[in-house]
Amino acid sequence: MRYIPHTRDDVAQMLGRIGVGSLEELFVEIPATVRLKRPLQLPAPLAEPELVRDLKALAARNATPENHVSFLGGGAYQHFIPAAVDQLISRSEFYTAYTPYQPEISQGTLQAIFEFQTLICQLTGMDVANASMYDGASACAEAALMAVRLTRRQRVLVSKALNPRWREVVTTYCRYLDLDVVEVGYGADGRTDLDDLAARLDGRVAAVIAGYPNYFGVVEDLAALARLAQGAGAKLVAGVNEGIALGLLKSPGELGADIVAGEGQSFGIPVSFGGPYVGFFAARMKDVRAMPGRLIGETVDRDGKRGFVLTLATREQHIRREKATSNICSNQGLCALTATVFLSLLGKQGLREMAGQNLAKAAYAREQLGRIKGVDLPFAAPGFNEFVVRTARPVKEVLAALEQQGILGGIPLGPDYPELADAFLVCVTEQHRRADIEVLAAALAGGAA
Amino acid sequence: MIVGTSGLVLNEKLLFEHSDAGRKGYSLPALDVPATELPDGLCRQEIAGFPELSEVDVVRHFTRLSTWNYGVDSGFYPLGSCTMKYNPKVNELAARLPGLADVHPATPDHLAQGALEMMFRLQEALAEISGFGAVTLQPAAGAQGELTGMLVVRAWHEARGSKRRKVLIPDTAHGTNPATAALAGFDVVPIASEGVLTLAEVEAHMTDEVAALMVTNPNTLGLFETNIAAICEVVHARGGLVYCDGANLNALLGIARPGDMGIDVMHFNLHKTFATPHGGGGPGSGPVGVSAALAPFLPGPWVIQDGDRYRFAGSSESIGRMLAFHGNFGIMLRAYAYIRSMGAAGLKHATEMAVLNANYVRARLEGGYHLPYATRSLHEVVFSDRDLPNDCHTLDVAKRLIDYGYHPPTIYFPLVVKGSIMIEPTETESQETLDEFCDAMLAIAKEAEMNPDLLHAAPVRTRVRRLDETAAARQPRLRWEGVGEKG
Ligand SMILES: Cc1ncc(COP(=O)(O)O)c(C=O)c1O
Repeated sequence: MRYIPHTRDDVAQMLGRIGVGSLEELFVEIPATVRLKRPLQLPAPLAEPELVRDLKALAARNATPENHVSFLGGGAYQHFIPAAVDQLISRSEFYTAYTPYQPEISQGTLQAIFEFQTLICQLTGMDVANASMYDGASACAEAALMAVRLTRRQRVLVSKALNPRWREVVTTYCRYLDLDVVEVGYGADGRTDLDDLAARLDGRVAAVIAGYPNYFGVVEDLAALARLAQGAGAKLVAGVNEGIALGLLKSPGELGADIVAGEGQSFGIPVSFGGPYVGFFAARMKDVRAMPGRLIGETVDRDGKRGFVLTLATREQHIRREKATSNICSNQGLCALTATVFLSLLGKQGLREMAGQNLAKAAYAREQLGRIKGVDLPFAAPGFNEFVVRTARPVKEVLAALEQQGILGGIPLGPDYPELADAFLVCVTEQHRRADIEVLAAALAGGAA
Repeated sequence: MIVGTSGLVLNEKLLFEHSDAGRKGYSLPALDVPATELPDGLCRQEIAGFPELSEVDVVRHFTRLSTWNYGVDSGFYPLGSCTMKYNPKVNELAARLPGLADVHPATPDHLAQGALEMMFRLQEALAEISGFGAVTLQPAAGAQGELTGMLVVRAWHEARGSKRRKVLIPDTAHGTNPATAALAGFDVVPIASEGVLTLAEVEAHMTDEVAALMVTNPNTLGLFETNIAAICEVVHARGGLVYCDGANLNALLGIARPGDMGIDVMHFNLHKTFATPHGGGGPGSGPVGVSAALAPFLPGPWVIQDGDRYRFAGSSESIGRMLAFHGNFGIMLRAYAYIRSMGAAGLKHATEMAVLNANYVRARLEGGYHLPYATRSLHEVVFSDRDLPNDCHTLDVAKRLIDYGYHPPTIYFPLVVKGSIMIEPTETESQETLDEFCDAMLAIAKEAEMNPDLLHAAPVRTRVRRLDETAAARQPRLRWEGVGEKG
């Protein structure tokens, strides 16, 4: 086996040094009663060329933007990724290291994460960001739990317009902690219903969680949500579904959010059938000790030279055990590095330009689709790069007809929103050319809708 | 040969200190639709302090940072409990094939058959390797796998009307175990071990309020829990379940299966046992295997085979999702590639060589360092600093090892050994590497006697020396603050 260097002679010599006669003797502590008495039933091993063939055969049976025009979004976005990103994260000094427990030989990872924390603070308008969470959904769940710790209250209000899969994860995490998760409705314009929220707010509510942008691609009135939540002593959690939007939208921090939990997949990470992605998590400095996850801090070495270390670890599981703020240990380090490289390359201008193109192309698509007979755009509130389309014909048939023409038209909303059974979610990014949008419009106009 | 030496190391500022107004490191096509603006009041100002760099600036920045790191590809990384084995390069290619990396998670099942079939095959392989009835691939890391497993335990109890709230956790356990139990709403009851758990200790604590026992097997001392079958029987007889932290599965591949020992739930760490890279702190992947009785409670959806097609399915009893999508697919692909490359015999060989290596290191260092437990080790071995003279401690040994060119072992864990030095060589290291490492360890023990200053001053060959962690925590500086100024 090419990954294992031992020759027969090495093994014999090593066994001799240990003082045993066989490999078998090394396992004496495992009782015979629990031993496996047959070989594992696994497919025969593949040589590298055979493995590559097997993988390519699997790859050939999936739809991608190479063979389909895709308008799928809903929490995972196809954005341009500069070639330098993968080149840099493929430096194996980065990807074959682990958590920077030994700072003197981990300064590369540590400085990069410190830069990631800074970039996330700048994007979100918050004081402090951690080294990453598993994804946007689990970051949102951890934000809910942090709000519970801060307020000592037991109820979490979640906007129905928050990504439904994120809502589900929040519910899973709260499941056995004696917390209620209560939904807040959305209004006719696609934004969280402020009246419904006001009616549900009381002294039991720890957190209000809303998407920014929300699942319908709509920009919430975050300032109003923050005022309402904070007026009742609750924390506002902004769940950023699409990070690129922060290139243009006012930052959640500026609008008064207490915690920002978001998905950073759009920052240079391939959609990769759902992961690995990177959750980002930002808060106010006064609440830092209630935060989950790893934090990197600046310090100096014995000679007074600047360096970086893991810090405020007394919040974490390896020190606090059952009293820790979270059980998270390994997070999404390499994906945080990816985001850092991506955001450095795009920079101040690039992120704004990319966000602007998303906005413009989605607006153009909205306009083109809105003209088609049988197509309706139910939500009028301003949006970013996604929007809801309602069709006269059943969604299933519409999407199937589009698929026949090589188009992945969008994500059906019915399974998550019975009241939107006749609608689907369309995402348009800078990767779509005008012609791609016109292909979708033509297909819908030509009978699909 | 001493591996560690010093050479030219380049300094590098923070990204933000490099930035120059007007520079950019990207290009986008010209906008081919009419430009639009956000309505008033929604649009932000330009982001103060955000970097402005050319592509060259960025490439040089991160390349320099990478040279300040130490990875498995740099050298020996015997970080106990973390299984820092070599990360095969073809697996990186696997995760980057466009037909896999560019599949959107909301793609209809019938257009993602290749992705689904890979997941199905991996579920099946992990079930066979561990002896469990069902596997979910969803959790993102070991700790999330633990949480998934403990929520499943809780759901199983609730489905039977049982409100048990206690979980027994041995003193050798990793910090994630108690933290996870708390997050799943349980009260932690610590129990003592004597190297391994005794049946008497478990019997003494196993009441009808106990929902589960969380064990790690082999445990964090690298010792097989020899009483595991009897322990599982006692826990089951009194209505509880047994959770196994599978971080140490690299000691058991093809030798014994947790599912056959009576264990009900276990998480895998694909980033340990199955050679996926650790990424500087993730992403990992923490699938969970369960006995058939617990399968309906797993987080959905999982992949099923339906004739010659594959599709996602779920259950109404599921605890619900743990992540927005299907888990860390890119990591699953690497683990799949690894399992297909190794086959059954290869995996067993890996375990045998991992155990051989740990015992070889143990044999070479015994006498030089204090060995607290005489029981035969499996894949890792724990020493302590008890016998070191002249105020030399585990931390000093670790820092001095860096000067010799090694990543230190895990230190001060497990907590049951004072000053523990936990060495896990893994199977991918040669006898030659182990000999050089052991020579360095023994030389350091000698230095502790003859010239302890060398240990106290270490490391001296790195770009930075020991860092002031107390100051970092007392006055936290968690982001670059100098908006607008240049460093
Ligand atoms: C014994 C043990 N359990 C659990 C974990 C947690 O795994 P992860 O870091 O993947 O969450 C670790 C590793 O860090 C470990 O060593």
